[in-house]
Amino acid sequence: MSAIDSAAPFDPYRLGRGGDGDLGQAGGPAPKRVIVAYGFWIFLLSDIVMFSAFFASYAVLAGATAHGPTGRQIFDLGEVAAETACLLLSSFSCGMAAVATGARNKTAFYLAMIVTFVLGAIFITLEVREFIGLIEAGDGPSRSAFLSAFFALVGCHGAHVSAGLLWLLTMIAQVYAKGFRAEMLRRILCFNLFWHALDIIWVAVFTVVYLLAGRP
Amino acid sequence: MLGKLNWAALPLDEPIPLVASAMVICVIIGVLVLAVMKGWVPYLWREWITSVDHKRIGVMYCVLALVMLLRGFTDALMMRSQQVLAFHAAGYLPPSHYDQIFSAHGTIMIFFVAMPFVIGLMNFVIPLQLGVRDVAFPTLNSVSFWLTAVGALLTNISLFVGEFAKTGWLPYPPLSELTYSPGVGVDYWLWSLQISGIGTLLSGVNLVVTILKMRAPGMSYLRMPMFCWTALASNLLVVAAFPILTATSAMLILDRYLGFHFFTNEAGGNAVMFMNLIWAWGHPEVYILILPAFGVFSEVISTFSGKPLFGYRSMVMATMAICVLAFMVWLHHFFTMGAGGDVNAFFGIMTMVIAVPTGVKVYNWLFTLFGGRIRYTSPVLWSIGFMVTFVIGGMTGVLMAVPPADFVLHNSLFLIAHFHNVIIGGVLFGVFAGYTYWFPKAFGFRLDERWGKAAFWLWLIGFYVAFMPLYVLGFLGMTRRMQHYDVAAWRPWLLVAAAGALLILAGIGCQIAQLAVSIKNRHKLQDLTGDPWDGRSLEWATASPPPAFNFAIMPDVRGEEPYWTMKQTAIARHQLREEAHYEAIEAPRNTSTGIIAAFFATLIGFAMIWHIWWMVALGLAGAFATFVAFAWREQSEITIPAAEVAAIDRANRAARSMALSQMTRSPQ
Repeated sequence: MSAIDSAAPFDPYRLGRGGDGDLGQAGGPAPKRVIVAYGFWIFLLSDIVMFSAFFASYAVLAGATAHGPTGRQIFDLGEVAAETACLLLSSFSCGMAAVATGARNKTAFYLAMIVTFVLGAIFITLEVREFIGLIEAGDGPSRSAFLSAFFALVGCHGAHVSAGLLWLLTMIAQVYAKGFRAEMLRRILCFNLFWHALDIIWVAVFTVVYLLAGRP
Repeated sequence: MLGKLNWAALPLDEPIPLVASAMVICVIIGVLVLAVMKGWVPYLWREWITSVDHKRIGVMYCVLALVMLLRGFTDALMMRSQQVLAFHAAGYLPPSHYDQIFSAHGTIMIFFVAMPFVIGLMNFVIPLQLGVRDVAFPTLNSVSFWLTAVGALLTNISLFVGEFAKTGWLPYPPLSELTYSPGVGVDYWLWSLQISGIGTLLSGVNLVVTILKMRAPGMSYLRMPMFCWTALASNLLVVAAFPILTATSAMLILDRYLGFHFFTNEAGGNAVMFMNLIWAWGHPEVYILILPAFGVFSEVISTFSGKPLFGYRSMVMATMAICVLAFMVWLHHFFTMGAGGDVNAFFGIMTMVIAVPTGVKVYNWLFTLFGGRIRYTSPVLWSIGFMVTFVIGGMTGVLMAVPPADFVLHNSLFLIAHFHNVIIGGVLFGVFAGYTYWFPKAFGFRLDERWGKAAFWLWLIGFYVAFMPLYVLGFLGMTRRMQHYDVAAWRPWLLVAAAGALLILAGIGCQIAQLAVSIKNRHKLQDLTGDPWDGRSLEWATASPPPAFNFAIMPDVRGEEPYWTMKQTAIARHQLREEAHYEAIEAPRNTSTGIIAAFFATLIGFAMIWHIWWMVALGLAGAFATFVAFAWREQSEITIPAAEVAAIDRANRAARSMALSQMTRSPQ
């Protein structure tokens, strides 16, 4: 009785681990910022699961070239390296946009977001050019199961980047119209998570698709 | 202009779909006319269609499930009657129609009955049990519901515009590839599930975040009611499994629309990869459905035994063990596809291992009942009926987990009997128990018990009469999906099975009567206090139906079963807790984003199915515009003034203190 009472100030909910004053989630619903970012993380995890299905199908079908070209014959690693550089740099500029948001500096935010957009757009342009080149050479997705899996996996990432670019433009417009409100801060946070996650997935694409194709 | 769509898409020369669709259209028009004439439209729009209240959305999910249950059950009756007639004869359903019926039956029952029903119950109950005011993302919740409804709508449109898949409820390639299924049936399946799958995924994210990040003060993980735990496990599975369905369907879409070769016979495609992928989603899906049902039974059995749940922690462990193991057994759905002895042995053993945590649960329920003061209400009947039936279904499942036995039984009616045994005896009995148990919380009056018990007995007996013969038929060598047959030994069993289906039909009739009778007698069945069953968890601490904000004061949890403790303290002290200081409450504002997004999703889905590319572009642009408009809105919350909160809460306190004084004056 008295033991419980004396613990009460440190352990108001009688969780049996009072003293440090850190109740974690036992202190009630988390703040909105945490809820939104956490939710977006869970969504990104589900997105990564979806990519993993495409990666798995690529791994299964990578050898199914149906007498068509192999990855080694058609991939231009120089071009892909340029794409990768653009995307990695865009992640840096996207991080700078987050820093600018933290400083509530609109000009720096616009600048960093526009740089991100331009780098992302170059990435997409290079990817589309690669796709068009392959299709014109007769090596489109219908050529073989390997090329189907390649176009689907890389194209799925490209579709995500394109959607991200659309989102980016919308957010520039929103910050312009409404300024750094609480909900805008949360959305900028989510956009950052999204953009960096796409980077991580691209690193996996670059490794699994392009680098491993170079194996003898 | 309209892609592949033309007059030939309408079933003008097939009387059955024509009459059926005419009837459906008449009913829909009738309901719409009634709503307009009675002036219900503004009310429905304001209070339901645009509502972001988790309770309203939960109820709408359940209504969708009940309506679709009627559609799915009609398909079942058609199959049973066809097999009664089609002995040495053609029956009344041509093969192309029969194939669509069994495909639609499975698709509808899983995706548009079982899924919305469990999601509806979780949506309604979880925030109440956690002691909070809403789910994490209320608008997203509305979008999820409406996208699910779009999937159901597209599936039903296939009844009278075009056709549905003839491939079974999972469209296995190469049959589902363009070469062998050139019609729009498979496309209806693909786009219905792509759209409703997004809804399910978003709802999974929403509920996971709600459970992990939004609990009342003091509600630690090991104080959550069992239903919250099973819902957590189920939604974690949604988040991890549904993206696989999305990816797999996307691959089949690419094959069919853009000539890819994921699963084709040509150019190196790999059809078995489809089976691996689809079941890597499909087996977790089984647990997505059954785990919340396990949670319902835990709540019901504990409440009506008047005891805390036996072995709470072992129940949590068992739930999470099932959650993890769910991903390690998918190959048992195709032991016969040539994975080899070692692989089959691994998956066979893993499958049997899942029976262990499930067994733990069954014993926990039995020991909760043991020594309890059991009140045999209809939710308890559903629960006991479940325990007997599910154990039988589980054992036939373990039997089929033995690969050599599966080689004999696969794709036979034994399999059909097994999964109906676990899905009807487990999931459906579970959602019916939950429906009866939480109905008074949702609407403020109980369901009629006489009709409820009649429905239970008809369902239970009907189930056994309808499905036990299918086990026998499986041993007699009858395969699934047969449009006609000429084996005399099968016929008596099929006649019995059809009689069982009629018993189930009578059970459904009783459920409809139960609803009608209960609405008529709602004043007699009224739940005044908000605690009609002498409950133990927090959803019973608020009024029935709960106010929009659920709790006037956020509950302060100081131990397990907080509401039970609160109630016992009040009884001991002969009075309720002191009235708290009421404050204004912020509540999310209604929005039409969900229904508008659903409109554009319908456009996109329909246009994709019929190759109407301009309409696809229009739908995409509209969907984007909808979300921008939502993102631009100025006010996302409304404030409920403290006086209103106080008035609502005081009304409930008055009812509760009256009940309390009656109880303390005359101890039973």
